[in-house]
Order: sequence, then C-alpha cells, then structure tokens
Amino acid sequence: MAVRTETEFAMGKATRDAFGEALREAGRTNPNIVVVDGDVNNSTRTEWFAQEFPERFINVGIAESNLVGIGAGLAACGKLPVIASFACFIMCNGYDQLRMSIAFPNLNVKVVGSHAGISIGEDGPSQMAIEDVALALGLPTFTVIVPADEPSTHKAVTAMLAEDGPAYMRVGRPDVPLVYGEDPDITLGRANELRSGNDITLIANGIMVAAALEAAQALAAEGVEARVLDMHTVRPLDVAAVTRAARETGKIVVAEEHLVQGGLGSVVAMAAAEHAPCAMAFVGVENTYAESGDAAALLTKYGLTAEHIAAKARGLL
Amino acid sequence: MKMSIEELEEQARVLRRDIITCTTIAGSGHPSSSLSGVEIMTALYFGGLMQYDPAEPQWPDRDRLIMSKGHASPLLYVVLAHAGYFPTDMLSTLRQIESPLEGHPNMSRLPGVEASTGSLGQGLSLGLGHAFAARMENRDYHVFVILGDGEQDEGQIWEAAMTAAHYKLDNVTAIVDHNKAQQTGWVRDVLDYAPLAEKWRAFQWETQEIDGHKTEEVFNALQQAKATQGRPSCIIAHTVKGKGVSFVEADYGYHGKSLTKEEEQRALEELGWQ
Repeated sequence: MAVRTETEFAMGKATRDAFGEALREAGRTNPNIVVVDGDVNNSTRTEWFAQEFPERFINVGIAESNLVGIGAGLAACGKLPVIASFACFIMCNGYDQLRMSIAFPNLNVKVVGSHAGISIGEDGPSQMAIEDVALALGLPTFTVIVPADEPSTHKAVTAMLAEDGPAYMRVGRPDVPLVYGEDPDITLGRANELRSGNDITLIANGIMVAAALEAAQALAAEGVEARVLDMHTVRPLDVAAVTRAARETGKIVVAEEHLVQGGLGSVVAMAAAEHAPCAMAFVGVENTYAESGDAAALLTKYGLTAEHIAAKARGLL
Repeated sequence: MKMSIEELEEQARVLRRDIITCTTIAGSGHPSSSLSGVEIMTALYFGGLMQYDPAEPQWPDRDRLIMSKGHASPLLYVVLAHAGYFPTDMLSTLRQIESPLEGHPNMSRLPGVEASTGSLGQGLSLGLGHAFAARMENRDYHVFVILGDGEQDEGQIWEAAMTAAHYKLDNVTAIVDHNKAQQTGWVRDVLDYAPLAEKWRAFQWETQEIDGHKTEEVFNALQQAKATQGRPSCIIAHTVKGKGVSFVEADYGYHGKSLTKEEEQRALEELGWQ
C-alpha cells in the first residue's frame, strides 16, 4: 500500500464519485442491489447506477423519511437497498425512520450520505452535515464508515455491500488528495497505519487523513515521528489499534471534519480511557455552525487543516 | 382459512375477548385502539383475503399485513395467535420481560409480524418497500397497511401516499382505522384534518368509505381494493374506539389503558361471554 508524502499528493476524484462508480460496478454482479434516491442522484452519483439499472432505481422525490422507510421495506423482502441523499438530509430528516425502521429491526440497508462536512463550501451550513457521524453512532446496530479518498472509498463500498446489516457511509463533494495507491487494503473495523512513528499518533478519517499525513511531515521536520492511522471505520472501532497507539506513543490527536463532540474523537477517547489512558487532543468543528465560502478558506477558519493538527500535536509534546 | 360472514362475526367476538383479557393481565396496553380494528383484521386473516402460511412466515409470496398503528399490538397478536403463528397461551405473556409479545410489535422476535412499528407514520413507507420488491420480482402478493386516524397527522404518510400513486402501486391497500379518537382527545378537536376521504382521493388513491364494523361491508371493500388496478387503494373504515364495550366507547380517556378486573368482567358481559 503505497503512501504518498505531502509533495507527492496527487488529486483524486471526490469520494462521492468513487461511491457512484463502485455502486454501479457492484450492480453489475449483484442483481439484488436496489438504489433509492431523494431526487439528488446527480449529486450523490447514484445516477450512474440509475442509468445502467433503471429497473432497480427508485426516485421517491424530496422525501427523506419516506425514502428511508421504502429502503427498510425492500430489505425486509431480501433486497439489498442502498439509500442515498445529502448526509444532513438523510440523517437528520430521516433519523426517526433510520432508528425505528432500519436500526431497531437490524435490516440490511446501506445508507450513504454525500456532501458531508464543511468542505462543500459555498452552499453553506444548511447543507453541511457536521453531526451525521454522531447520529449514526446513535443507531446501535449500524456500522459507520468515513473513507478518506477515491481508491479507499471504492474498496469500502465493496466491503460494505458484502457485509450483512445496516451501515452508514459518509462521502464528500470536492475532489480530494490521494492518500492511497491503487487497490488499497480496506478491511472494515481495521485501521490502516499510513505512517509509522512512536512519538505521537494522529488518528483521522475522511479528508482529515490527508491533513494528518501533511501534519506528520511538518512534525518530522521538527524531529517528531508521528504515527498516522486512517480510522475509516468509526464503528466497529479498531480498539486494538487505539490501544497500541496509546501505549506505544503515549499521545493521540484525533482529527475529523465533524463536530468535535460525538464522532470519531469521542469513541477513540473512550477506547483509550478504558484500555490505555493517555494525553489526547481533538481537531474538529468546535460547537458552532460554519458559513458559506471557499472550501479551503472554511477549513482554515474552522480549524480543520494540517497546521491545526500539528499545533495540537505540539501541545501534547 | 376462509370463514363465512357469520363465522367471522363470531371470530371477532373471540378476538375482542382476548384483547381485553390479555391487556388486563398485562396491566397496560391499548385495548381501545385494538377493539376498533377487529372486523378489518378478521376479514383479512380469516376471510380468505390474505394468503399466508404460519409454518413458513417468510414465504416470499405471502400477502403482507403491516400494523402501522403499532400500539394496536394486542389486536395483531390475538389475530396471529388464532391464525396459528404461535399458541394462544402466549397472549398472557403480553408486555412481560422475555416475551416476544412486546408493547409494540417487534418483527425480530415474533413470526408473522412484518414490521417493527410504534413510531407513528412509518408503516405505509415500509409497505411501499414490500410493494416495489414485488414488482421487481414479479410476485403478485398484496400489501395491506393498517393506519390510525391520529396517525394521519404524520407527514410521512402523505409522502408515501404521493409516491405510491406516482408509481401506480396497485398492490398496496391502506386501511385507515378511523375511530375518531387519539391520545388526548377526539381527532376533530386535536387536529381537524377533515375531509379525510377527499384528501386520499386528491392524492390519487382509489378510496372507499365504509362502516368498519359491518363484516360483510369490510370484506367486500377489501376484495375490491385488492382487485383495483393502476392505482393504490385506500379504505376509510369508520369505526368506534373501544368498540363493543360501552363505557370505553364513550370515553377517549381509555386510550392506552387496560381495564381493571372489574371493568374486564363488565366488558366480557357486554360481549356476551358471561
């Protein structure tokens, strides 16, 4: 698994694009997959599946509650529904239905939320899911996945579809740097160590993985060797990897493009607290909503860059 | 199972007895919300309108019944027990720890329960999922969804109503148990959404209005709904909450209350059981 350094980062496609491609590919071999859309298929990229398999695609209109319920009914009949909309709409508008109709009866529905985080930029806070991972973690039967880049998203979609049970996957709108080479090994529930180091550990998912690798480069220039873990699966959490990181490096910074409370940082902190308490710091959206603007400027303003991760790391050293 | 109208009426009397008895043993539950839907459920399960096999609850071609008003679980349970999904003895375990007869239906624990419900508004969308699956797999089963009339307040019902009409899901029938009462009052006082039948018609559903306690009328309406082609069907069944027990019929305050032993005796007398 080739890991690219800061200067080698090439831009890949958006994780939503990788989702759309992997879904279409899966549709070719698995006739059981049905896609349910809330009239945003050209945004979530489920339109690529729809174009090839119109008979297995249902656009229910702008009605997320109903969308989730139809997905549950299809799963109860043995179908493999993939239901997708913007992360903020499917998770927030459809949450009671996710709880009652999918999570509680433990139905095999794959929920995909696109346009997550503040990196969607100009459309502004009404469209920015910053709480979706916390909400997904509130559904106890759900697997929760936040992939980092194009190739790892592709593999994560395949892995998600192969597993039985409900799952939530968060994907993003903008093109993102490639942190993986071709055909990465993505095993749900197992963190990937993208950089070795024993001075501190940076744990991240989504777009913050690239930022964490960049932060590690900056720290290396200062003589600090940071371990970087891609924690693409938030649940089930790779507790062993967290425990090892805590024991071997003694310090952990967690970074996510999400509210700093309730997401990856919270579950990593619980794992560390229970198995190997250590010094920790957290990078995420503090208790606020963001605003419209250029994505890079927003990430800087709201504290979600490599510099912010490196600064938090220095605070622990 | 296909009973005559007379046999269905006697079966309804048995189901009413068991609804009252099991909720009184449990000491809680929703007997009044269950009593209003007895003739509808009796016609579906014992009148030959639904094909099902208790020995094979997941038989792919079975007709589906989704109890969207999940608080009427006692009604669903007594029907499933008498249909042969589990022994009628189990009804006395209603709402007890370790019993699969939970306060609201749990599909993971009890065969014959098609959907876990109890958060109102969700059952019709689930039914649509079953209906889409039937279409994709060329199966000709029918999906019946029992809705409450208080439940009509929920927006998701109308999302699902639009979707079913748009996709011409004629394998779906929604039955509104229109018993005129909800938790804190009469429907017309809490949220007066009349005219209800006109709303369903405006949403392009083939809509009938019937007396939900006249067995033959219920049976004929369901048969007609099942045969309707090109659009989904809705039956507004005018019912009485607590039907069969005079002091419950007269008082919406019985919502979510089981009868005391003394009230149970009076109720069973009114139903001709003692």
